[in-house]
Amino acid sequence: MIPVNYYIILSAILFTIGVVGVLIRRNALIIFMSIELMLNAANLAFVAFSSVIRSFSGQIFVFFVIAVAAAEVAVGLALIVEIFKSKRSIDVDQLSSMKG
Amino acid sequence: MNLDLIFFLLLALIAVATALGMLLSRNAIYSALFLVLNFVTVAVFYLLLGAPFIAMAQITVYAGAIMVLFLFVIMLLGAESLPQEQVLPWQRPLAVLLALALAIESTFIFLTRARPLGDVTQPDESVNTVTNLRALGEALFTQYLLPFEVTSILLLVAMIGAIVLVRKEKRVP
Repeated sequence: MIPVNYYIILSAILFTIGVVGVLIRRNALIIFMSIELMLNAANLAFVAFSSVIRSFSGQIFVFFVIAVAAAEVAVGLALIVEIFKSKRSIDVDQLSSMKG
Repeated sequence: MNLDLIFFLLLALIAVATALGMLLSRNAIYSALFLVLNFVTVAVFYLLLGAPFIAMAQITVYAGAIMVLFLFVIMLLGAESLPQEQVLPWQRPLAVLLALALAIESTFIFLTRARPLGDVTQPDESVNTVTNLRALGEALFTQYLLPFEVTSILLLVAMIGAIVLVRKEKRVP
């Protein structure tokens, strides 16, 4: 038997790695992948808790999160392709044209 | 130390190592492939937790569809690697420091403040996979029917949005 705390700590570690990715990388695609990693860490916590309380609600919520992530990736990658077409780069430090 | 715990720790090591590989790779394609491995490892965790439907959905949607889309865009843009120039020299150490604080705080609060929780229930023999899936499907189509339908509208809106965003503008003479 594995205590549920282990799953939650693993989820926290994965979430933190995602946060570091968003903070230190400048490639917009890698930042996007880090966001996917954070969503995944939250899903892991959901499924672990749903297994502890013997309920399906957590698993169904994870199903909805996966659907929302798919929609988010479609729109986000379309935005990145558009930004690349106009700027010839996806470095987030160069996207400063709206700076006041 | 029993076999379950060794298996868990090995998988957790793989998950953290692939996440770090995603973070530290210079080449964006390697990052995407590390992330695929991470998603598959998390799918194995879902199987361990007795959620086979979510595990298969994870492999199909995340590792199959989303990451193929990522790889496609990376190769389409030719954006494997960016030139390395540090704009703010203090940004990277500060980010690592803050993230460490976040990890330690969340783990500490969970370990000390949270009510003691039970062990993860192993998928026992009496509840086999088919009844598990049937109960999940019934809950999805009765109690959670409205969110399910709203999700379909969300996917439709996302599809239309992606098409509109990358559409070529017609030149007005």
